[in-house]
Amino acid sequence: MSLAKITQVKALALAVPGDDIDTDRIIPARFLRCVTFDGLGEHAFRDERTGPDGKERAHPMNSAQAARIAAAKQGVMVVGFNFGCGSSREHAPQSLWRYGFTAFVGGSFAEIFFGNSTTLGVPCLTLSKEDLAECDAFVRANPDVEVTVDVEKLTVSAGAKSWKAAIAASARDGLINGKWDPIADLLEGADSVAKTAGGLAYVAGK
Amino acid sequence: MAKTLFQKVWEAHTVRKLPNGQTQLFIGTHLIHEVTSPQAFGMLRDLGLKVKYPQRTFATVDHIVPTNELKEPYSDPIAQEMIEALRKNTKDYGIRFFDTTTGTQGIVHMVGPEQGITQPGTTIACGDSHTATHGAFGAIAFGIGTTQVRDVLATQTLALSPLKVRRIEVNGKLAPGVYAKDVILHIIRVLGVNGGIGFAYEYAGTTFDGFSLEERMTVCNMSIEGGARCGYVNPDQKTFDYIKGKPFAPKAADWDAAVARWASFASDAGCQYDDIRIFKAEDIRPTVTWGITPGQAIFIDEKMPALETLNAADRQTAEDAYAHMKLAPNTPIKGTKVDVCFLGSCTNGRISDLREVAKYLKGRKVSPSVKAIVVPGSQLTAIQAVHEGLDKIYIEAGFEWRGAGCSMCLAMNPDKLVGDQLCASSSNRNFKGRQGSQTGRTVLMSPLMVAAAAITGQVTDAREVFKV
Repeated sequence: MSLAKITQVKALALAVPGDDIDTDRIIPARFLRCVTFDGLGEHAFRDERTGPDGKERAHPMNSAQAARIAAAKQGVMVVGFNFGCGSSREHAPQSLWRYGFTAFVGGSFAEIFFGNSTTLGVPCLTLSKEDLAECDAFVRANPDVEVTVDVEKLTVSAGAKSWKAAIAASARDGLINGKWDPIADLLEGADSVAKTAGGLAYVAGK
Repeated sequence: MAKTLFQKVWEAHTVRKLPNGQTQLFIGTHLIHEVTSPQAFGMLRDLGLKVKYPQRTFATVDHIVPTNELKEPYSDPIAQEMIEALRKNTKDYGIRFFDTTTGTQGIVHMVGPEQGITQPGTTIACGDSHTATHGAFGAIAFGIGTTQVRDVLATQTLALSPLKVRRIEVNGKLAPGVYAKDVILHIIRVLGVNGGIGFAYEYAGTTFDGFSLEERMTVCNMSIEGGARCGYVNPDQKTFDYIKGKPFAPKAADWDAAVARWASFASDAGCQYDDIRIFKAEDIRPTVTWGITPGQAIFIDEKMPALETLNAADRQTAEDAYAHMKLAPNTPIKGTKVDVCFLGSCTNGRISDLREVAKYLKGRKVSPSVKAIVVPGSQLTAIQAVHEGLDKIYIEAGFEWRGAGCSMCLAMNPDKLVGDQLCASSSNRNFKGRQGSQTGRTVLMSPLMVAAAAITGQVTDAREVFKV
């Protein structure tokens, strides 16, 4: 399986502020009643975007900027801390990715969300608290300026601004070398797997 | 060198180092359910791969199962499609399925322990964030995404990086009316909902030594609510006794060797932890959440926090929470009107939970303004409860007695809040919209506190209601 090398994502950005945004908010559970991930994009942040009366709520995902990202199928979402906490549902990053987001920049990410995203080839980079606030403000003030998420150089930049970013070394390595989906590596280790399994009594049924 | 259980299990299951620096880790036990597995089987078919160790994957159905409709086809055609997809996938690939017709179906995190599949010193993965529940047995158990479910099906391994280990010690005896649920809500309140990122939590101390396996499961279950992907308790004699005689437990000839092996995985005296936090059991009182994250919690007799006492980030989340919950800062939560009471879930839907509440419920009546449901987490739990006559106690008190499943914990089935109903819930998440209504409100608490809310129609102190 040959995968694209993801060294950089350069795209328009949308700020979705707030800490501890959980995966139930990103994709409410009723949309998990499905056997494929198809069509999840349109339901991203559904209940944040639409009120109980069916009317649109004030939410960044209802903005013209979000629509541009959806049309381009490319975009950077700038989020807060502990983004994607809660459920392990891969439906959450799947919905944002299918909507059009191809990179996340935030203060921190919940671990399972982080893993689910990078395995889709969607980098999640973190900035310091101060830099994140500056980046967030820049993105709001300059909706037409593309943001560059550089996975290789570990920077997030826009216009004349550049911020130092971080991502787990293994995730960076996978993205820039086109090995963000680990299945090929995992399949290659079959002999070693058999050896490990052989040493585990419970796997042998004892 | 002295090692933690985490390190020992990790080493025993390490296949090799991957080119990106991660570890290829063998997953001894894989649990699947209907929500996060169908896409993984789809990927498997697309790639032309087989299930590598079908005998090491176990399936059940829980999230979408209606708890008041036992006959198929279900009135929700999508639910029917999902259960049928799991039947087909497990049949096609030779995977054991604890189906609704077997008398063994239930919430995936109850089925593993009940069957003796959950064992110490093992690695367990499941496409569900509450997989840490199995850590109560001294297993390294964690939630994974659907692409990783594919990885485990195809290779029985995952690409992972090791976690740091934080020992969380709780010592002493809990006061009457204070439960394991209060312990974990308190830990999350203190350490924060993101405090556990990058850590496995090792729960220890005399309070945990005294806990039953079911109490340990309640705590481990909510590790993810504190940001920790996995949590565990070192195995001891109680662990071995719990497993003994279960269908998948090692049989006579293998038993002693298994126990010796299991015991050897416990953290060594003098091992190094990346962090240690110590709590006193006596400091913990019945705890309830007031907001939209499990960390937004207070003791039942405290006031909800005043906004000016919070830092900027917490304040923003709190403002959002107060608006959603329709509650006011700096006021007591006690006395808040309750519409629905939910007793169940993988956190608190076990037989010991049902027994404890039933003990106090005899002769009491649910408030006419409250809809109260009790949902045993598994069919085996339901059968046992009926055998003990617990169902009658609940029904006489005015609870609806339901069939096994996840029910109102996440409302992927017909059990949902309506409008801005407020639910006193023994489940694990109070996220906005979690219980099926966008404006629905959830207050997390222990099972006995749920019962007290059901009787009084208010968030209240169970110790006063039941003279505990």
